[in-house]
Parts: sequence; structure tokens; C-alpha cells
Amino acid sequence: MSDDIETLVARLPQLGDAVLVTLQLTVGGALLAMVVALLLGFGSRTRTLWVRGPSRVVVEFFRGTSLVVQFFWLFYVLPAFGFKLESMAVGILALGLNYGAYGAEVVRGSINSVPRGQWEACTALNLGPVHRIRRVIFPQAWALMLPMLANLLIQLLKGSALATYVYLHDVFFWTDQLRTATRDTFFSFTVGLVVYFVIAYVLTWGMNGLEARAKRRLGVVPTRPTLRDVLRVRPADPASPGTAPSGRPATGDDVATAGSQDDEAGARVATGARRGEDS
Amino acid sequence: MNGVWSWDRALQVLPELLDGLVVTVLATVVGMVIAAVLGLLVALAGRAPSRWVTAPLRLVVDFVRMTPLLVQLVFVYLMLPAVPGIVVGCVVLGVHYATYMSEVYRAGIDAVPRGQWEAATALNLPRGRTWRAVILPQAIKNTLPGLGNYAVSMFKETPFLFAISVVEMFTAAQTFGANTFSYIEPLTMVGLLFLLVSYPTSLLVRRMETRLA
Repeated sequence: MSDDIETLVARLPQLGDAVLVTLQLTVGGALLAMVVALLLGFGSRTRTLWVRGPSRVVVEFFRGTSLVVQFFWLFYVLPAFGFKLESMAVGILALGLNYGAYGAEVVRGSINSVPRGQWEACTALNLGPVHRIRRVIFPQAWALMLPMLANLLIQLLKGSALATYVYLHDVFFWTDQLRTATRDTFFSFTVGLVVYFVIAYVLTWGMNGLEARAKRRLGVVPTRPTLRDVLRVRPADPASPGTAPSGRPATGDDVATAGSQDDEAGARVATGARRGEDS
Repeated sequence: MNGVWSWDRALQVLPELLDGLVVTVLATVVGMVIAAVLGLLVALAGRAPSRWVTAPLRLVVDFVRMTPLLVQLVFVYLMLPAVPGIVVGCVVLGVHYATYMSEVYRAGIDAVPRGQWEAATALNLPRGRTWRAVILPQAIKNTLPGLGNYAVSMFKETPFLFAISVVEMFTAAQTFGANTFSYIEPLTMVGLLFLLVSYPTSLLVRRMETRLA
């Protein structure tokens, strides 16, 4: 055991690099995913079929095929069509597109669950389309979508472990190297998993902070967030103050359910909003 | 696409992929059964009155939930060399998803109206009977859509089993690719097969959701 720890300490510098690679994948993938999610999420809500149709197809395509398949497809098949990508680019692209498609559903669902009165108020105030989204609808939807995006971010981090198989030296790769060096599977993998756990925790805290900030800007929570709000891992209790304005209980990782629950409520909201727009 | 894609090769690999699909579906079904049962147990244990039970349980659940499935699979596979990969795969998938499912159950149980509990107390039902006959039947109805969604998402995560050399659909494609130096047809077809199975299933789940709601 003490040998193990010595080897571990000797390998700490490499761990730094490995964490950096994992973080690059995660953050890069998340940024790309956010762009994809916003484009496709708003695209799925437009009235023009030429935008909505393709957006839906792309979303369902990337949600329906597996992340693993997409990852290796980009790595092995794309070069045959003349696009050779760096391993890192493959990782970021695969993670970004896959989780972007999931995120698009979150964006669409959250925008649909902004109460229709808000849309009507915008019409009453004669706000332009850009202004309406940027100043009224999106800030409210943003507070709603953040808990679900936080879950997706953790999923994305977990998916980034695939990068080892496209020859990137990420945390999983480092774990495997540690195993070879110590010949102790239990020790090395426990350390590796703990590293992932810590990264996931830190990311969750960051997202909790963002969520608290978004809610404070909406005026939902009158005071500054407590430390407990920021440090929690799960979505807050729906009964407690300071949860999503809709009061709809957010169910853990269950993005898909939440997304489609929103669909129904959203459909009602959307028709209402449309009526508002037309008048 | 001419000259790159070969229909002959695509047809040649198809039987192997379909064999793999059987393994994929098997792993999903077995994994889901484990996840559904274990998830319920975790959700029930999470309601224990003592902090000495719930706090460690939460830590373990969060740990499993927030670390990569891929690493967990390889970890368990290396730790238990005597156990065949498919068994490890099903169990690890099941345990991983049990941590997700426990959240769904928790939400489902919380969604049972308070009045039901009070009625059970008023009727002087014993605790076990309250759970079995009153609370759980209502809670489980709430959780069915969540169960379906996770079944679809677990189906899409079975390719991770390639790491522990279980020959499911993706591994079959990769082996074929490695032997013939052409990944294009097998990998593309795997993607399409996934879409072919998972998209109709997710539509079904969505229908179930609206019907139960």
C-alpha cells in the first residue's frame, strides 16, 4: 500500500496534465454543446418548416445513435471521406454534438415552460422579437434549464472517458497507467474514480452558483444563495423557496422526462404565445 | 460516396451486427431489471429515519452516479477476472442506472398526495401494507415513463461494453472493421441500427407518458 502511494505521488505531475485534457474535452464539448443546443433548440421552435424540420431531424439523429458510435465514427470513418481530425477535435465534436442534441431538448422545453402570460406581456409592451427573447423569455428559461444542463454537463464529463480510446492522455488513461505501474487494480481505479468524482463535484458547484445567480437576477430568491445551495448536488426540494418559478419538481438526471413533460405544458404555452403574436 | 461505401460489405457485416443486437438488447433488459429493483431499494433506504443510513448511502449513490460508466466497467471487469464480461456488463449497467432510477422513484413517491398517507393512518393500515397496497402502486405508475426513458438511454450506453470485450453490436462492428480495415460500413450501420431501435422506442415511451399523465 505504501508503495502504491509512492507511485501515486511520483505520478501526480502527469495527473495534472491528464485532468487538463479531461477538462479541455469537457469544457470544449460543453461550449460546443451549448451553441448546438441554442441553435437547434430555437430552431425546433420556429414556425417555418424549413428550419424546424431539419432541426428536429438533427436532434433525433444525435440523440438516437449512441455516443460511442458517434465518437468512433468521427475517428475511423470520417477520414475515409477526406476529413482527418485531431483526436481532441474528434472528442470535442462528438461530445458537443451528442450532448448539444440533448441540450436542444432542454432549451426547447424550458422556453416552452415560461408562462404564457410573459409572452402576452411582451406583446402588450410591444417588445420586438429579439428584445422579447433576450430580456424577458430567455432569462427565465435559463434559470429553468440550468439544473438540467448541470446534469448534462456531468454526463458529458463521464462520456469524455472515451477519449482514452482515441489515444488522448486523459484521466482514464492516467488511471490505467497507474494500474500498470502499481499492479494494484483496486487502488489505481479507486483513485481514478475519485478524481472524476471531484471534478464532477466542482463542476456541479459551478453550475449551482450559476443557477443561484440566474434566480437572483430574476428576483426569485430575495437574498444571496446560502452556501448550502451552492454545495448541494441534487436539485433543490421543490417545496422549498428558491426553486424554479414553475414549481415543477425537477427529477434528477431525468432530462428526457422533464423535456417531454415540458412538451405538453409547452404546447399550451406555445399556442397561447402564438395567439398573442398574431393579434 | 462512390468507391468508399460498398453495399457488399454492408450486407456481409449485417448478420454479425444482428447477432450483436441480440446481446445489446439482452444486456439492456437484464440491466434494466437490476436497475428497477435496486433503484427502488435505494429509494426506500434513502427514506430511512437515521442519518447514519442515509448519509453514507447518498455518498455511494452520488459516487456511482458522477463517475464514468466506462471506468466503472473496466474497474469491475479487472477486479473480477473469473466473471464473464457480459455478467459484469449487465450488473455494472444495472447498478449505474439504479442510482438514476432511485431519483425517479424518490420523485414518484414524493408525488403521492399526502392525503393517501393520512388515509392509510386513519384506516390503521400497518406500515408494510401502506407501502405495498397504497403508496407504491401509485408511485410506480408515476415512474413508468422515467423507467422507459432510462431503458432507451441504457440501450444507447451498451456500446460501452466494448471496453470489456463483450461482443455486442458495436464490438462486432469494430472487430469486423479491424479485420477488414474498413470501418465505414459496419460503424455506419451500427449507428443506423441504434437509431432504428431507439427512436421508435422513445416515441412509444413518449406516448406512454401522455397516456399515463
